[in-house]
Parts: sequence; structure tokens; C-alpha cells
Amino acid sequence: MKRGSTTKKFLRYLLFSFLIFVYVLYLAILPSSTLVINGAGSTFVYPLISKWSSEYRKVNPSMLISYQSIGSGGGIRLFINKTVDFGASDAPLNKQQMEVAKGVIHIPETLGAVVISYNLPNVNLRINLTGEVIADIYLGKITKWSDERIAKLNPGIKMPDEKIVVIHRAEGSGTTYVFTDYLSKVSKEWYSLVGRGTSVQWPIGLGAVGSEGVASLINQVSFSIGYIELSYAMQTNMTYAAIKNQYGNFVVPVPESVEEAASSLAKSLPKGNESWENVSLVDAPGKNAYPIVSFSYLLLYNDLSTLPGMNEKKAKDLVNFLWWCIHSGQNYSLSLGYVPLPPEVVKINEESIKMIKFKGINLIGGS
Amino acid sequence: MNEDEIFHLFSLAVASISLLLLALIFVVLVQYTFPVINKMGINYFISTSWNPVFGKEEYGILPYFLGTVLTSFIAILVGVPVSFGIALFLTEYSNKTLKNYLGTMISLLAAIPSVIYGLWGFFIFRNFILEYIERPLYHYFGGLSIFSTTPTGLDFLNGGLILAIMIIPIVSSITTEVLEQVPTEIKEGIYAIGGSRYDVVVHGSIRYSKNGIIGAILLGLGRAIGETMAVSMVIGNATGENALPKSLFSAGQTLSSLIANEFNEANPTSLHPNALIGAGLVLLIMAVIVNLSARMIVSKYKR
Repeated sequence: MKRGSTTKKFLRYLLFSFLIFVYVLYLAILPSSTLVINGAGSTFVYPLISKWSSEYRKVNPSMLISYQSIGSGGGIRLFINKTVDFGASDAPLNKQQMEVAKGVIHIPETLGAVVISYNLPNVNLRINLTGEVIADIYLGKITKWSDERIAKLNPGIKMPDEKIVVIHRAEGSGTTYVFTDYLSKVSKEWYSLVGRGTSVQWPIGLGAVGSEGVASLINQVSFSIGYIELSYAMQTNMTYAAIKNQYGNFVVPVPESVEEAASSLAKSLPKGNESWENVSLVDAPGKNAYPIVSFSYLLLYNDLSTLPGMNEKKAKDLVNFLWWCIHSGQNYSLSLGYVPLPPEVVKINEESIKMIKFKGINLIGGS
Repeated sequence: MNEDEIFHLFSLAVASISLLLLALIFVVLVQYTFPVINKMGINYFISTSWNPVFGKEEYGILPYFLGTVLTSFIAILVGVPVSFGIALFLTEYSNKTLKNYLGTMISLLAAIPSVIYGLWGFFIFRNFILEYIERPLYHYFGGLSIFSTTPTGLDFLNGGLILAIMIIPIVSSITTEVLEQVPTEIKEGIYAIGGSRYDVVVHGSIRYSKNGIIGAILLGLGRAIGETMAVSMVIGNATGENALPKSLFSAGQTLSSLIANEFNEANPTSLHPNALIGAGLVLLIMAVIVNLSARMIVSKYKR
């Protein structure tokens, strides 16, 4: 009896050590066959990057993209500390950040738009809004849907005599940055009182966490208004407003009107290694350009050899992946609710990617 | 060294790790908070402005501090009488089987993850209190300042009530335990001099276990102060001056929900992360004070 149980124990022990041995072996083999590229940042682009990372396995099976969607702020922090190989941010680096992240290259990898969604029971037509009106709603100066400034924009619609419930994102977010960037551009008062940022001091309103939080709050609360990402609005069939652009047209956010915003400003874009701090696609001049649009950026160092754990092969693979993202990778955008880059921007990105080197060695053709 | 000594040293080392961790956390929090206090001075504690926008940076945690205090206060105000009733029923009035079942059910409330409370508070409880509590109060008593904001259901009241439900398990289970410690002699004594059951409960059990009950309330308060997820889903997450508690129906924010909401996207080259870490420091100090006093009172009682 006793002998039997000892044998059993011994067998169990043997099995256990065998499993550990297999695991250690697996760890030892893994690095040589699979190359892991680490990235972190924006939650907005996470669905796109994870799609890219699985699709790119078909192109280069030995490469694995590991992306942590910890938010743009966190992505910038890890990028500056050189903890990750690339960062992703919805806002470009500002002056202070450029100083600590020497040699940063901005690569806009996709386009996003912010839509103004609302809950008006008994109103079935799409409503029209202007930037000034949205700013005054968020400043608390227009408090009712029946306000004559809203009524004037929507002649055929009977607006309810109800208080507007203003909804914003509770947590810091790139979407908030784009939205407040737009309001700062179209309303002087917004610019001086609140300004632009990933989180701002909202004068009024309720905060909800995430695009899904804002969307479900809009659905739950009658007579509310809020801003969400276009990709999210498209997936969930939310109603959203047409917004008056610089040209005077009321534009509905669709991929074409978003792309036009980027291409109408492509000539004024900086080079990859210059500062992108002042780049803003909001209130773009195109005739049918939707006014609340922005890039999302990948951040890279121009000399990859400064990153710990980087070697020439890994650097080459990373650059090839970037090249693939801005070309073939764009085909996956639309189905996920993102807008592909216009050709002018792809051209700028090509030059930027050619600037990325390893110990001064070019990784991809060009200068 | 014999085994005894080795084991003694080992357990001493492990035990001191937790103390060391607390000390380290405290040191790091102070270190990161210093720059923001250096810039804002006393305004960090008394200003109502919270502006992380580059060039306009200003940080004052007063609205969030008040938000934490108010929601915890509502939680205690509502949660404690309920827990107290539960504990009294379990110890004095119910039979053993019922006590077992009911006690287990109430402890199970503590096992529900806080995000579930948050979802429930957002989708179901919100509509309930909006229709049956907030709208009627606003309609009839809107003139009173505490009911003066147009209700949306996402406000201090909802946050406080969710917290009240969340502290019920801890407060009621500790109170039950304390009430059970009341010596039978005391109860029998009161019966012997002709007291009713009511006399036994009020003059016997409650008076005897006063300290333990206060300890239980403080432990509940400790839980309410630190709770993050559920509160941030129902409190409306306003910022700056808009987050000051103007009425029970106004949207606000607590220190912990502020940190959870803003830390991820805080610009690492600004003072925003420091200001948030400072909010964490204040929260830690509040929690330590409340918990320490609770432990002291409870342990005094046990002795």
C-alpha cells in the first residue's frame, strides 16, 4: 500500500519536471524562430493593428507584432523610455515631448473621424449642426434643443423644447483631443476657456468611459448629445449629425468626405522627421471635406540601433512591416471602420520610412 | 541554527515585506506628488480648477475630495442601518438554519465584482432611481438646493447608493460577529429583571458591542472610499468646478475614479500624472486613517 503511493508520487513528480523541461525548451527555442516586435499606445487603432499583425503573419511568418493598447499617453511614455519598438498615438508629439524623444519619426498610419451623435425621440431626419453651435452647446450657452440657432439650421425639423444633456468622454482619449481641437479652431471662446487636449476641463456635462460608454449613454438618455469615433458609430448604427465645413456645405461623415479632408491638406504636411505638433486635419478646406478628422500616428526612432535588443535583422523586418502597413495594409481599413490614407500621404510616409536607419545603414531603398 | 530559528527568520522576513511595501509606496507617491505641490502650493488642495491642457495647467483636487466624502457619507447613511438590521435579525431573531442561509447569501454579495455593480447601476438601477426617486423629488422639492439639479440618474446619489449596497456585506458580517460575542449572562440578566426582547437588544447587545459596531462602520467606510470601478460608471464623471457637489443630482467624480479615468492618457511630460498620483496619496492617507482607527477600535473591543 505504502509502496504504491510512493511510486505514484514519484511518477507525478517525474511528469511535473518533464512539463517544466518542455516549457523551458519552448522558451529557449522561441526567440530564434520568432521575432517579436513590441508596440504600445492608442486604443483607437488597436483593432486595425491587431488585424495587421495577424495578416502580416502570412507575409512574414517568423515575425510577431505584440501591441498593447494602453492609450496614447501611455504609448508615448513607453516610446520615450524606449521600452517598446514603436509607439502609437492619436495626437502628434508636442514640443516638450519632441525634446526628450530625439530623432522621432511620425508616420500617420490611418485616418479617423469623430461624429456628433444624439438622441432625439421622434426626430427621424439627420440634423445639421455647425462648429460654433456645437461649441456653445458644450460651453453651456445653448441649453435647449429648441434654441433658435439650432432651429435655424434645421428648418424642416420640429426641435423639442427640452434641455440638452451633454455627454463627453470621462477618461483621457485621442477622440477628445480631435473633438476639442476642432472646437478650438471654430470657437475663439472655446479656445480661450477650455482649449485642446486628451482630457480637458469640461464646463458642463456627464462623462462616460470609452466610445462604447458614450454610445450607450446616448442611447439611454433622451435629448442627449455626444461625440464618438466614426468607426464605432458605423458598427453600432448610431444616428449622427451633418456638420457645416469651411466651404459652407453640410457634410455627413463617410469615408470619402474623411479622405478628402486629409488630401486637401496633404501639401502642407511636414516631413516625417519634422515636428507634426501643428498638423491638424480639422476644419479642412476641401469642398466636401468632413470637418472633424485626424490622423493616428505610429512613432519610431530614426536610428533603430538606439533601442535595446534591436539588431539589423529585426530593424529590417520592422521597416518592411511599416512599408506593408501603409500600402497593402490600407486595404483592411474600411471594413474595420477606418479610412485609408490618400495617395499623397502614402508618398510622404514612403519618404519617412526610408529615413529609418540602423547604425546609419539604410534599411530600405532610397537616401 | 535549528529549524525553529530558520522558520522564525523566514516568517519575519515575509511579514516585513508587506510593511516595507506600504512604506515604499508612500515614499514613491510623495516623491511624485512633490512637483505638483511645488507648483500649485496650497491651491492643490483648495482649488476647484482641474485643467490638464498644455499651457493652461492647473490642478485642484477639492471637488474630487468632496465627491469621495459625499458618496462615502451617503453609503454609510444608507448602508449602515440596513446592515445593522440584517445583523440584528440574524443574531437575535432568526433560527439557526435561516441564519446560515441568509448569512451566506449576504456574504456572496461581497463576491460580486465591482464592475458588475457598475453595469447594473448604469443600465437598471439608474432608470429605477431616476423614475421613482429623483424625478419626484425634483418635481416637488426642486426648490431645495440638495434636489435642485435636473436629474439624469448619473450623479452622487446613484454613486452613493451603489456604494451602500457594496458595503453591506462587510458591515453586516462584522456586526453579526460582534453581536454574537455578547455574553449570555448579560442577556439573561436583563430577562431576569423583567426586560423584554427589545430591552435585551437595545440595552444589552447594542450597548455592549458599541465599539465593535463603530469599527464595522469604519471598515465599511474604508471600502467605500477606495471603491473605483462601480462608482466611476454611475457618478457622471464631471471635471473641475462642474464636479463640485451642487446637489445630490449633480454629476461629480471621486478621487479614485479620477485616477482610473485619466491616468492612461495623461501626458508624461506635463504635471498631469503627478497631480493624479497626488490624488492617490490623499486617497491612501484617508484610507490608512480610516482603516487604522477601525482596527484599533475593533481590537480594543476584542480584548
